[in-house]
Amino acid sequence: MVIKVGMADMNVCAGSDSIITMGLGSCVGCVLYDPVSKVSGMVHVMLPDSTSITQNSNKAKFADTGVAELLDRVIASGAVRTRLVAKIAGGAQMFSVNTNSPTLRVGERNVEAVKKKLSELKIRLVAEDTGDTYGRTVEFFPETGEYHIRAIGKELRII
Amino acid sequence: MSDTSLENITAQYIDVLAELGNIGAGNATTALASLLQSKVDMKVPQVKLLEFKDVGAILGGEEQEMVGSYLGVEGDITGSILFLVKKDVALHLVTKMMMGYASGDFGEMEQSAFKEISNIITGAYLNALSTMTNMCIYPTVPDLAIDMAGAILSVPAIQFGIYGDNILLIQSQISDEIEIDGFFIMVPDIESYEKILKALGLIS
Repeated sequence: MVIKVGMADMNVCAGSDSIITMGLGSCVGCVLYDPVSKVSGMVHVMLPDSTSITQNSNKAKFADTGVAELLDRVIASGAVRTRLVAKIAGGAQMFSVNTNSPTLRVGERNVEAVKKKLSELKIRLVAEDTGDTYGRTVEFFPETGEYHIRAIGKELRII
Repeated sequence: MSDTSLENITAQYIDVLAELGNIGAGNATTALASLLQSKVDMKVPQVKLLEFKDVGAILGGEEQEMVGSYLGVEGDITGSILFLVKKDVALHLVTKMMMGYASGDFGEMEQSAFKEISNIITGAYLNALSTMTNMCIYPTVPDLAIDMAGAILSVPAIQFGIYGDNILLIQSQISDEIEIDGFFIMVPDIESYEKILKALGLIS
């Protein structure tokens, strides 16, 4: 079965299922993964920081609260905290006008914020495919630990 | 900033967008007809308030290949505009505009032609808004992205994401020989929402 994760959404996955988010742009798809139990989860975050925004009830929307909530969810599903590793993808800059504008650099800031949160939580980041200027569809396979990244006009990348 | 969460201003703002959609699409249709030198018809545009998770579906899936033209808005209000059509539709428009000189794919010439089309269409909407509000509003030079719908839409979605969990868009259907489904997403900065509503006398 393929478990779907939408924009500002998260889900957990294990066994022979896979977990997918389609059409990632400036958002980041962060996977937490226990290589032994195979329990995994993915969060699709849109914005770097929940504390600077008043409408912050949806935890999956933000890098800081999203990664923390995903950690709780995978542990509740049987992952072991000390074995968890992370893989991330996304954070593209889709348009190049006004590159100084913080809203357009949000991809880069999302990637930084996810990394910062992972390091705070002491989760090792083992692979990433981030930045650049194109959209990505990302699918994670818990059985093999492979994170598949597809983009228009590009070959499948596995990290 | 008292009551300016998107939820509080949305109902009024949807009405504004609906009116804007009508006038704007009317202007755009006239401009397109003269640019393409053919008869162009328009249906009544629809304003849609969608949850993030439903945004992909309306466009034919998150992975649907689309062309998006992104412009900044400057003047009395600030913000951004995204004009979005499916790639095959964009190519149809460009080919028609270039009168047979298009290559059948999105090279530099075709991109430049599409920027011109998006300038005309967004200009038509901004003129409508400018006339309604008596404000001076003008667009910056557009930038194109040819990519998956979800990826392109992440840009305005993130901007809306600061205020809530929905995205507001105008869907306008224009047809010449084929149906042209164009999506028009305007994201004023939060202070500009207030200015627009004030200018229209909807808030004091």
